[in-house]
Amino acid sequence: MAQQIIFFVLAAIVIIFSILAVTSKQIIRSATYLLFVLLATAGFYLLLGYNYLFAVQIAVYAGGVMVLFIFAILLTNRPGESLKTELPVRRIAAGLTAIAGLAFCAHIIYYNVKKVSDLVAQADITPQQLGHTMMGTDKYQYLLPFETISILLLACIVGAIMIARKR
Amino acid sequence: MDILNNILAGQVPMELYLGVSLIMFFAGVYGFLSRKSMLMILISIELMLNAADINFVVFNRYLFPGHLEGFYFTLFTIAIAACETAVAIAIIINIYRNLTSVEVGNLDQMKE
Repeated sequence: MAQQIIFFVLAAIVIIFSILAVTSKQIIRSATYLLFVLLATAGFYLLLGYNYLFAVQIAVYAGGVMVLFIFAILLTNRPGESLKTELPVRRIAAGLTAIAGLAFCAHIIYYNVKKVSDLVAQADITPQQLGHTMMGTDKYQYLLPFETISILLLACIVGAIMIARKR
Repeated sequence: MDILNNILAGQVPMELYLGVSLIMFFAGVYGFLSRKSMLMILISIELMLNAADINFVVFNRYLFPGHLEGFYFTLFTIAIAACETAVAIAIIINIYRNLTSVEVGNLDQMKE
């Protein structure tokens, strides 16, 4: 019962704030609404029993990425200036595209996913299990993607510094 | 009423999670197509990536409990999204320095 109530509160937050985030006129407000969406998503992870993902989502998204966004907005935006959107025709076209895609996917989900809605109880994922899965090279172990991500992060740091430095 | 009772009695069905992430994804699509500022487009991309993350986790939890594939996909997607945001914001700040504007309509002046 409590799980359902928490789910519906989080779902309402996600839906309302994700729509507000893309329709708001002030970009700093958009970023704040995006922060709420990301926090509610972290709540979903907690509700599904993935505590580690909850922590990662809070630390990386709500911490790191949002700080980057706020810095970029404050560096590139004059305060109080409202944003320009595309022409009304293009906004209507964008809305129609989004609604058409939404209807299509909702139809697929409604008629095909209904049969698989049992939530089987699952033991908590222990840190040992996480570590063994991340640090092995067997089947269902993820050392290679982990190292690839670390190289990607390194390249990304170097690239960001190279692009953004003053000439 | 029957559906409501069903939902409140048992577990949260999987399609509700999928519906939430669906709305989030298409809010992102709308923002991506209807905004001019590059930062707004980046925010929309974040929304879409986040919706994909929710789907990975939900499919993992409901269809393959005990496995960790969706979990790790989400973990790596979060890392890649952080990378992508950092590089994109560096590019945006560089463009702002050159053009004093971050609108996509002005980007044809980028050639020096």
